[in-house]
Amino acid sequence: MKIAIASGKGGTGKTFVSTNLFAVAEKEALNVTLVDCDAEEPNVNEFLDGKTTSTEIINQHLPVIDKEACVYCGKCRDWCNYNAIICLSENKQIYLIEDLCHDCGACLAACQYHAITEIEKRLGTVTIKAYSNQARIVEARSDIGVYSPVSVIKAALDKVQDTDLILMDSPPGISCPFIATVVPADFIVLVTEPTPFGLNDLKLSVETLEQLEKPFGVVVNRTGLGDERVYDWLEEKQIPLLMKIPFDKNIARIYSQSRLLVREDPSYATRFLDLLKTIEGLCKK
Amino acid sequence: MKIAITSTGNSPDATLDSRFGRCSYFVIYDTESGSTEFIPNPNKQAMEGAGPASIQLVASKGVEKVVSGEFGAKVKAIFDSLKIQLIIVNDGTMTINKIIEMISKK
Repeated sequence: MKIAIASGKGGTGKTFVSTNLFAVAEKEALNVTLVDCDAEEPNVNEFLDGKTTSTEIINQHLPVIDKEACVYCGKCRDWCNYNAIICLSENKQIYLIEDLCHDCGACLAACQYHAITEIEKRLGTVTIKAYSNQARIVEARSDIGVYSPVSVIKAALDKVQDTDLILMDSPPGISCPFIATVVPADFIVLVTEPTPFGLNDLKLSVETLEQLEKPFGVVVNRTGLGDERVYDWLEEKQIPLLMKIPFDKNIARIYSQSRLLVREDPSYATRFLDLLKTIEGLCKK
Repeated sequence: MKIAITSTGNSPDATLDSRFGRCSYFVIYDTESGSTEFIPNPNKQAMEGAGPASIQLVASKGVEKVVSGEFGAKVKAIFDSLKIQLIIVNDGTMTINKIIEMISKK
């Protein structure tokens, strides 16, 4: 079972829910992996450490155009689906916009003049840590300045195919990194807060997941804050409200000290285990 | 000399489109003949790379200057190396007619 923990708005508690779910699953001796897919700012390691078993460097291919061999025919540009090549036949100019290259290899195949070769460009790393015998943590970490973290996220997710339970801590927002994380998931937990901002971004996430035809449910974090609109909306849309976590100074303190709530408060260990079981039930439906 | 201007519509009464890569129309104005050509921007809804694709379009028309409200980070360096001058107009209410008039005075 693959569960993605996502949200539209940042800072609603994705990592909080992910790490606590991982801790209860680990305690149940489940074969579990938590993948930190928030590759642009991974922070699962603030809460869970382990023994690093491997670190892999993730590269992409990038075309190199030999301007001596190039005849400026523009075929590579025409074949590029991402507008990564500009070719001006009239004044014999050709440019590659590295950030737009998706490493598809079309330009290489298009060129009949052997003017295109490839080099490797580093995008980031995937680190695997053993937490216990049955539990692992995988961290996707994009290098600073890399245009899109998607390749690194996909590389991290490729490493965990052999796990019974996979928890994926998603990046915020609903753009490509979010899509890359939720597409392989069997179920998505959307974490929100009962504020107008939380609700607005929750609606955007729900719209996206509905288009992807993915099953999902909602965890409302910091209840007591804001207003009732998020609950009314969930009821109206008949979206399962999986769990409510109160706006509580003690929970905030525990989190800010990089500790796990389920280990400090047994009642929450039960509640998070219930959450896991609820999700399992919804997946089987 | 040819100059590209980004436009919100396909007539000289239309206003300047403040975005370069995703503008609605490109106006190719020829300072010598005084002719204008309106080209719908095929890159307006491009998923990615609207800027570079639009450079391809205007540069292949042989323009030496481009007038718009804003240029994205990806395009500035390429325009530089193509020796195409960028002119930024901050007033989005300005019409294409007015811009042509201003260019012609210079």
